[in-house]
Amino acid sequence: MASTIFRSFQVHPFLLYPTSLLGRRNGVLYCTMKTTQSQPATQEKHSPQTKVSSSSTQSKKLNKIAEDYEAVIGIETHVQLSTLTKAFCGCPYNYGSPPNTCVCPICMGLPGALPVLNSRVIAFAVKLGLALNCKLSLNSKFDRKQYFYPDLPKGYQISQFDVPIASGGYIDVDIPVEYGGGHKKFGITRVHMEEDAGKLLHADNGTYSQVDLNRAGVPLLEIVSEPDMRNGIEAAEYAAELQRLVRYLRVSNGNMQEGSLRCDVNVSVRPIGQSKFGTKVEIKNLNSFSSVSRAIDFEISRQVQLHREGQEDQIVQETRLWEEGAQASTKKTVTMRKKEGLSDYRYFPEPDLPMVILSQEYVDDIQNSLPELPEIKRRRYEKMGLSMQDVLFLANDKNIADFFDATIAKGADTKLAANWIMGDIAAFMKNEKLTINDIKLTPEELSELIASIKDGVISGKIGKEILFELLAKGGTVKGLIEEKDLVQITDPAEIEKMVEKVVAENPKQLEQYRGGKTKLQGFFAGQVMKLSKGKANPGILNKILLQKLNSKN
Amino acid sequence: MLSALQTPRSLSRFPLLHSPKPFLFHSSSTCRFSSRPLPYYASLTDQSTPTSTSPPQSQIVNTRHALLSGRVTATELAESYLNRLRLTEPHLKSFLHVSDSVLREAQEVDRKIAGNEAVGPFAGVLVGVKDNLCTADMPSTGGSRILEGYRPPFDATAVKRVKDLGGIVIGKTNMDEFGMGSTTEDSAFQVTSNPWDVSRVPGGSSGGSAAAVSAKQCMVSLGSDTGGSVRQPASFCGVVGLKPTYGRVSRFGLMAYASSLDVVGCFGSSVADAGILLHAIAGQDRFDATTSKQDVPNFIPHFAPVSSLESKPLKGLRIGLIRETLEDGVDTGVVSAIRAAALHFEELGCSVNEVSLPSFSLGLPAYYILASSESSSNLSRYDGVRYGNQVFADELNSLYGDSRAEGFGSEVKMRILMGTYALSAGYYDAYYKRAQQVRTIIRNSFKEALNQNDILISPAAPSPAYKIGEKKNDPLAMYAGDIMTVNVNLAGLPALVLPCGFVEGGTAGLPIGLQMIGAAFNEGELLRVGHIFEQTLEDCRFVPPIIADNVPC
Repeated sequence: MASTIFRSFQVHPFLLYPTSLLGRRNGVLYCTMKTTQSQPATQEKHSPQTKVSSSSTQSKKLNKIAEDYEAVIGIETHVQLSTLTKAFCGCPYNYGSPPNTCVCPICMGLPGALPVLNSRVIAFAVKLGLALNCKLSLNSKFDRKQYFYPDLPKGYQISQFDVPIASGGYIDVDIPVEYGGGHKKFGITRVHMEEDAGKLLHADNGTYSQVDLNRAGVPLLEIVSEPDMRNGIEAAEYAAELQRLVRYLRVSNGNMQEGSLRCDVNVSVRPIGQSKFGTKVEIKNLNSFSSVSRAIDFEISRQVQLHREGQEDQIVQETRLWEEGAQASTKKTVTMRKKEGLSDYRYFPEPDLPMVILSQEYVDDIQNSLPELPEIKRRRYEKMGLSMQDVLFLANDKNIADFFDATIAKGADTKLAANWIMGDIAAFMKNEKLTINDIKLTPEELSELIASIKDGVISGKIGKEILFELLAKGGTVKGLIEEKDLVQITDPAEIEKMVEKVVAENPKQLEQYRGGKTKLQGFFAGQVMKLSKGKANPGILNKILLQKLNSKN
Repeated sequence: MLSALQTPRSLSRFPLLHSPKPFLFHSSSTCRFSSRPLPYYASLTDQSTPTSTSPPQSQIVNTRHALLSGRVTATELAESYLNRLRLTEPHLKSFLHVSDSVLREAQEVDRKIAGNEAVGPFAGVLVGVKDNLCTADMPSTGGSRILEGYRPPFDATAVKRVKDLGGIVIGKTNMDEFGMGSTTEDSAFQVTSNPWDVSRVPGGSSGGSAAAVSAKQCMVSLGSDTGGSVRQPASFCGVVGLKPTYGRVSRFGLMAYASSLDVVGCFGSSVADAGILLHAIAGQDRFDATTSKQDVPNFIPHFAPVSSLESKPLKGLRIGLIRETLEDGVDTGVVSAIRAAALHFEELGCSVNEVSLPSFSLGLPAYYILASSESSSNLSRYDGVRYGNQVFADELNSLYGDSRAEGFGSEVKMRILMGTYALSAGYYDAYYKRAQQVRTIIRNSFKEALNQNDILISPAAPSPAYKIGEKKNDPLAMYAGDIMTVNVNLAGLPALVLPCGFVEGGTAGLPIGLQMIGAAFNEGELLRVGHIFEQTLEDCRFVPPIIADNVPC
């Protein structure tokens, strides 16, 4: 029965007794099962989740209600850190490993086991804290948050309570043009370090549950925002910007489907003009930016509706689950559990770990090693004269931004480089399901390509052909031009010869042209281009062609 | 000399409880002290047969010399100890588990010695291990029903270090459940008796380890000390008990009771043995973040034979006698024994002054709040989910409730409840936080007293061993018995308890322990002074009547 789950345990026969049978009557357990099962089976390592979309009908509805009511939204985000080992032991963590294969006495909470902090966790926390413009606590500590649950092996979670490592920051967000654009600043209340819990796996027949402790002890950063967001789009953009940040900083893969970035949002609604917050509702099970946006907009509508009907007392403090149905009408939030007063976690300082003391020097070193962050990058791109759409596209993915920066560092024209990357290169990556790191084209060659076209060495049309060759197979622009003899013909004498030949060979058309059918210029140009195998410089060609066609002799 | 070198005599006269031992019985409360080193005191390496009044020698060193010189084999030694263990155990019940591989390990030592292979300094040394220290090859229950039959997959660091040096773990010693108790009556499995009078308690919680050393069922033993659990049983059983500085010895593999107070401690029948054992287990451990980087000095030079000492070997040493430890509520016999010990220190050249620690009485309530609070958290992991006893239930809360209700004893439940209360919202500031403030005050007052004195002395307990059952139903009276020791844990300081005299009781008198408290990480000084005190203590031989007939030394 439990044999598959506890496979690793049975390697050490007296290490563990597979006694994780739990009843299913408990409502909490039941809901958790749904969460775990709703995870998609296929996972892309680094699926870019750029676009935040919202159903248009809901947006319209929102516009109507927004006149009388205002939503207040705060987000708690858990970011799983991509350290090599867990927070307090030497176990590696690999998403998708068979249950209980990434465990040791420490993360299993065996008697006598003690936590020892992985120093990378601190470094990552400081990085993100600085990137979120937070004030760092040079002296912070760990605390125990106590509650019983089968996925929590020690009966407490090592977390930070009253002295988080970073607090009081903000994050800059550019709202996409299609949602009205504009710049927003959202407050960050705090960032703190903690450990993840394991997972419960529920048997299909519902008679028992099993515990998988692979994830137990994996380091997390919890980022708590100020209640500064007002609609689903803003919240989703906030989350997207956090994802960008953690990926820029390389502290997490930020993958929402794998649960490496998890958002719990708190939504309340109040009549405009009222200063007191309405009753807040927490929404969980949001595993994409669009579900963040849609769930919030749904919840706002639901709460406003209740206000409208004079039933605001029906809005209770509770945790609701976002259900992603197949049709728009089946996407909704449903009650998961009602809060029965405040739970008492009986926090107290973790006696097994020393205080976390940061020296200013350590912080400065990390500050100086931070990469250019998305916000700074966007402002820089903006100053280069790129459109907001270009800016948002390029800065969205650090690898693309790096590629772009490397291309223009080689002297390429900014706008042209942006166009190539956002156009043909992006389309190629999308079709081939590749990332910018997978393609064979290098920034040097893209720069060379752009220059070759600009300098008239090759035509734009040939440039495009070469590009696909470079993307798929690599090589150099110069090499391909030589190999395929693609250098543009710019010698007027040579082109003149070809023009004369075409004109001479088509007396009938020439007559018609001179009779007033000037549209035939295109026919002649095409013939010359064909003769030159596409290599004739179009400008020179047309200039000479016109001269020839219009000359009276 | 080593008793074990001789064929054990018939123990048919067991129990020997009513046969008076004139040379042991003292109607006065003190031993005679000799201010001058006596010429016949054996050196550590001297194998001359000691007289009945000769001071204790290091069993560890003697074993090594005996084995290497070929005068005895490890197997013979082990057999003799196992024989005595078998004969005394029905009366004492100090072991929860006796290893079945002792002889095999001893034979391995003999094989190595015969083959001229190097053997560690603990080769052939038989070590008792308190049952809350994890051992990979033996059950480890912490004295609790909830871990009945539990076998850890790893050795505690202290155990591992002893084993790595060649030590042989003879078995797991009885204790109060998870260290919560002062008599060993709160073991879930059995009540251990005091070898000096089997109707009395051996103290606790390391009662099994103390009784086992006292009755020579093993040479040395490991215990743990959270509020006096090494020192008080050492006092009750007439053995040497050493509580190291917090952070000196790794707690990895020690089942946590109160993490900020717990230390692994040592028992021996001489100061030298306690010191040599400490040296073996002390030092930084990468599995315990609270261990100190401080070097562990070689204590051996401190255990020089007394014959090499000058007449006032402790000249200039400043001893502070803690006034509050000799006030109301302390047995008169204890007070006179300690005063006599103070006189002896003066004879050795020390200056003895009374010092006052006004915060002394605050230690007990602060200790019980902090220890209970931490234990309520530390014991959360015993939930029946992953290991230990699980009670089947059809819903989660019953699984937790029933497993813990059946697994824990009443004392443990009481402390969990007290600790949970002290950490609860609304009470935290009044209890936990306040107790922490008291802890700071106590730490500072010790620091001040140790600025003016090199060593502080006090009784180890306010009374000698009392009757089994005497305080079982009066927890407050039992808690009050910890008054002498808890302050030292709160301050994290090292303390050495060694027998200094007797009071009337039992058939042969009951031993009284002197507690010496030193500055943090200065165990070396405690051991040096303790050794001189011990070796110059005349006419005192702390061999309990249960084995007196059997063991000349």
